[in-house]
Amino acid sequence: MTKKETIERAERAKRKKAALGEDIAIGEYMTGKEHQSLNSLDEFPAEYQQDLLDAGIEPTEKDRSGSFLQRDCSVVFSTVKYPGLELMSTTDALKEHDWLKEYLWKAVPVDTDKYTAEVELDQTHGYFIRSEAGKKVTMPVQSCLFISSDKIGQKVHNIIIAEEDSELHIITGCSVSHAVNSALHLGVSEFFVKKGAKITFTMIHNWSRGMVVRPRSAVMIEDDGAFISNYILMTPVKSLQMYPTAYCVGRNARATFQTIIYAHGDTKIDSGSRAVLRGEGSRSEIISRVIATDNAQVIARGEVIGEGANAKGHIECRGLMLSDTAELDSIPELKATRKDLDLSHEAAIGKVAEEEIQYLMARGLSEEEATSVIIRGFLNVDITGLPDALARETKKMFDMSLEKVM
Amino acid sequence: MLQIKDLAVEVEGKEIIRDLHLNIEEGEVHVLFGPNGCGKTTLLMTLLGFPSYKVTRGRITFKGVDITEFPTNERVKLGMGMSFQHPPEIRGVKLGDMVNIAQGRKEEEIDEDVIALAKRLNISVDFLNRDVNLGFSGGEVKRSEILQLLAQAPDFIMFDEPDSGVDVENIELIGKIMSELLDRNKMPSKRDKSGLIITHSGSIMRHIKADRAHVMLEGRIACSGMPDEITKNVMETGFERCVELCARNKEVDAE
Ligand SMILES: Nc1ncnc2c1ncn2[C@@H]1O[C@H](COP(=O)(O)OP(=O)(O)OP(=O)(O)O)[C@@H](O)[C@H]1O
Ligand SMILES: [Mg+2]
Repeated sequence: MTKKETIERAERAKRKKAALGEDIAIGEYMTGKEHQSLNSLDEFPAEYQQDLLDAGIEPTEKDRSGSFLQRDCSVVFSTVKYPGLELMSTTDALKEHDWLKEYLWKAVPVDTDKYTAEVELDQTHGYFIRSEAGKKVTMPVQSCLFISSDKIGQKVHNIIIAEEDSELHIITGCSVSHAVNSALHLGVSEFFVKKGAKITFTMIHNWSRGMVVRPRSAVMIEDDGAFISNYILMTPVKSLQMYPTAYCVGRNARATFQTIIYAHGDTKIDSGSRAVLRGEGSRSEIISRVIATDNAQVIARGEVIGEGANAKGHIECRGLMLSDTAELDSIPELKATRKDLDLSHEAAIGKVAEEEIQYLMARGLSEEEATSVIIRGFLNVDITGLPDALARETKKMFDMSLEKVM
Repeated sequence: MLQIKDLAVEVEGKEIIRDLHLNIEEGEVHVLFGPNGCGKTTLLMTLLGFPSYKVTRGRITFKGVDITEFPTNERVKLGMGMSFQHPPEIRGVKLGDMVNIAQGRKEEEIDEDVIALAKRLNISVDFLNRDVNLGFSGGEVKRSEILQLLAQAPDFIMFDEPDSGVDVENIELIGKIMSELLDRNKMPSKRDKSGLIITHSGSIMRHIKADRAHVMLEGRIACSGMPDEITKNVMETGFERCVELCARNKEVDAE
């Protein structure tokens, strides 16, 4: 598709409502807020340092193979410390690699809805991350998309490519300044996991009450490739709708989505993960843990579509209700198109069981302590597939965000 | 240590325990027999203060304090502990975490201390890392319960069928740890800990000596006596007959 054709398609989809989630008036949010570049992450204004930390970003860049920071509509910092790893703004990457345009809108169609169209028509950067063939970048890359201005519309297009037999671990945080009352984040992320490659993507969303968020993500996984996503959201958000999709197109391609959501306040979330198992012997696992309290409204979705021989997919959605004014819908879906498939799901919504509280109290905890142990346990999914150090760190980030809400 | 006076307990509006009196002195271990459904577990849950077990009459005094209205954790703080007959599964909470909690530590790691305790019960590190009671076998549940008590070290310990479904070797192991927890290896005058053990098979009683035994029928203590004699009568003649024999002995005593 030529650039002209892409724009035409986007123009035609400009008013196309999304299949899910309430409709957002994009026009109410502005782009164009520019900021100066930084020489290092600790030059980032002190008032925002905590927001970075909360999104899992390490300001000292210790144990990171590269760092990327975009503030509102400007890329303010980008550095790589690892041979075989590329990290820069998508805008720069498109200038540097002529071939990159072939990847744009390959996993996420530009005319999916008005949000993808908007990102094409009024894009404000985003990141490009690529590991060269055979390079195992075991140290994580960190990237942060930060919003510091009121009424801003951040519209990013991210491209992530793990070339054949390479490995890439990404920690990405989306964060917003405590001073922002209202803003929009549109994020298109297209992942390409080539033959035998692996990407782990640990994402912490650190939004606030006034944020409207519409990520649009898709992953193409080739033969023997693996994609693992860990998503953590513990802060309130005004409206979030997303349904990242992994296309396991290659033989034995594997996709794992683990989602942890603690929805409180007036949070409204419609979030799911989808795997399309096209490749022979491809596999997927979708795990979600959702807690809904206060007046939160959450729809937790999961879908596996089996198309390839001997494909195998499982969905496990668990919900915990902590209030009578919250609402949680759990919607797992399976679709089979041939006989040699193994698709399954389990979904359960419950409350904190009295019996469990009493058991813990019998070991000396107060009722509140017992409840907190149970909630912590409920959200505690063992994250598999991450390098040890990253797994430990993810656990730490998770504990930190949990501490804040409990 | 523990005094129960004229206790009546309701569960879900149904009276399960009535006219129950029991005294357990410091350093004493009592054993409680009784048919399925007679109210043994109900008694222990009531002593621990679980909210669905409503005391409708009587008082419970522990270490001289009237605890009838105390919440569970206050009772635990005073020194009560229990191994559960059917403990609940808790997802995401590991056995190792439970051991830390029982020990009253804020520790999040399953460290050397915990591992050393577990070793005494032949419990591996892998097992400590499993979600508590989730998919545990019958015998594993019992050992996990005893391990938590070992960490907790209460002064008064209730064991709800610690021997049900446990193989011979593990019964010996559990019996050994229980004896230690209950000061059974010390001279009688040096014993501070007390216990109440519920058992059906009595097999655990081969490894731990009790001071007194009771038979419960329909929510009452129907007879009490020396452990050897009561155990023998229950095993050989059944609960009802044991109680009859008991009553006859009482008459003889009275004469
Ligand atoms: N939550 C409850 N709701 C209704 N009935 C209950 C409840 N808990 C206990 N009961 C009833 O109370 C009676 C006593 O139960 P309990 O568990 O104390 O018996 P037990 O003596 O421990 O029996 P077992 O030897 O089988 O363990 C039983 O009839 C039981 O069904
Ligand atoms: Mg019982």
